[in-house]
Amino acid sequence: MFKNILHHKASSSGDCARLCCTKLEDFSVHVGSLHIFDHVNLHVHCGQLTALIGPNGAGKSTLLKAILGEVPHTGSLHYVDAKGAHTGHPVIGYVPQYLRFDVSAPLSVMDIFLACLTKKPVWLTSGRKYRPRIERNLARVHAEHLIDRRLGALSGGELQRVLLALALDPMPDLLLLDEPVSGVDRAGLELFYEICAELREKEDMAIILISHDLAMVARHADQVALMNKGIIMTGTPEEVFADPRTKELFGMLAGGDIKKGGET
Amino acid sequence: MDAIYTVMEALLPFDWAQATFMKNAFLAILLVTPLFGVLGTMVVSNRMAFFSDSLGHGAFTGIALGVLLGVVSPLASLLVFSIIFALFITWIKNKSGASADTVIGVFSATAIALGLMLMSRGGSFNKYSTYLIGDILAITPGDLAGLLAVFLFVLLAWGLLYNRLLVLSVNASFARSRGIPALLYESAFAALLAVVVAISIQWVGILIINALLVLPAAAARNVATSVKSYHLASVLIALVSGIVGLILAYYADLAAGATIVAVAACFFFITLALRGRR
Repeated sequence: MFKNILHHKASSSGDCARLCCTKLEDFSVHVGSLHIFDHVNLHVHCGQLTALIGPNGAGKSTLLKAILGEVPHTGSLHYVDAKGAHTGHPVIGYVPQYLRFDVSAPLSVMDIFLACLTKKPVWLTSGRKYRPRIERNLARVHAEHLIDRRLGALSGGELQRVLLALALDPMPDLLLLDEPVSGVDRAGLELFYEICAELREKEDMAIILISHDLAMVARHADQVALMNKGIIMTGTPEEVFADPRTKELFGMLAGGDIKKGGET
Repeated sequence: MDAIYTVMEALLPFDWAQATFMKNAFLAILLVTPLFGVLGTMVVSNRMAFFSDSLGHGAFTGIALGVLLGVVSPLASLLVFSIIFALFITWIKNKSGASADTVIGVFSATAIALGLMLMSRGGSFNKYSTYLIGDILAITPGDLAGLLAVFLFVLLAWGLLYNRLLVLSVNASFARSRGIPALLYESAFAALLAVVVAISIQWVGILIINALLVLPAAAARNVATSVKSYHLASVLIALVSGIVGLILAYYADLAAGATIVAVAACFFFITLALRGRR
């Protein structure tokens, strides 16, 4: 516990009250007698990308679901906007890791946007009025050409970008990204991280990203939180990757990856 | 009613459309099959075929209870019991860690056993056998008015619920991030399904009601590429199957419900063959 706070100070710049930030205080999730994670304290600043790394089963995805309010948890979430006013709950955008939906579902990209943006049932509305807005949303993630494609016919990377575009309307204060473990190719991953970096600067948004690619984290993250049933440490990518506990959790794999990332 | 019959006689100057019971059956099909087509789209997309099947079994107990409790029409107890049954399954499914098909299987089996026990009391099972096969030719103008009310209610509810149900069907966490309460919408959909199954069970029959819910949508999804074409194709296939099935049943002297399902099944296999081309 004490360690968490110490390490946290290393990366967060100054007092949370004067910056737009989201603060998780003492988050814990228990399912029955099973402790998914305990005592998570995390400060996430606007305009920063915080990468959440850790082994499988560390509780990363569950932490995002707890922030969303989907999973019951103890502890509290405070959101302070740029003027220093406590504004209660932030607007949260979420990009899920997997979609359970059937890939043969007759559902177009346009349809899912309409379902999110309008009150009129999708099977009744032509949605012509919303088309420019949806195209703008998709253009933000370089996916405007996908508007009439079937959701199930998209590649892993395309689907991830479409979901990101969905999470950006309305523009959230806090963006939660659960990166898929597989199914997105190298080029797709690169593009996704570039879009995130762009968003963080242009929209001054706080981003929490669960990542499985340490090289990408080293290159793009402002803050890294190492998680294993609780936050083990937070800090800059250099700090976290240099720590023996990171090496221990990720094994040999980490050494190689981080070097690659560190060079760029 | 007479005005409607006159219009029908002008529009449908066919042999099969002469008798009043056939006119009533025809009107009932116009009201019921679109509902099956529309709700079926979500049943198939959410892989709820087993759940909708269990609603038929729940209805079985509902009828038996209605008779036992001495309610004038079994329909009232049927409706109430079916809705409670559907909500209860949805709730348990969300609360317990057991997989959905186990939960549904348990409830479905319990309901049918309970229904059989109650109905077989005193050896009076035979009078319930119409519920197993259904008899759409027995429909009365009073029933039609009730069907019209349900038709309007379900369409209205479908308009209000659909977008959020669609988001929910794609990903529950994502729906949550957009402020959609999952359990509430799931329950509303389950209740809506229960209503449609309950009111049509005496005309369609417990044995095949689920086929009517699943087949048109399953066939439509073979050819549709968007939500709108999915709905349109599903409703059209349900309607055409209903009408063609009724006429075939009249001329060949078959059970109407079963014939309708057989026609819908033909549509499924035809669209399956066309599938590669979309």
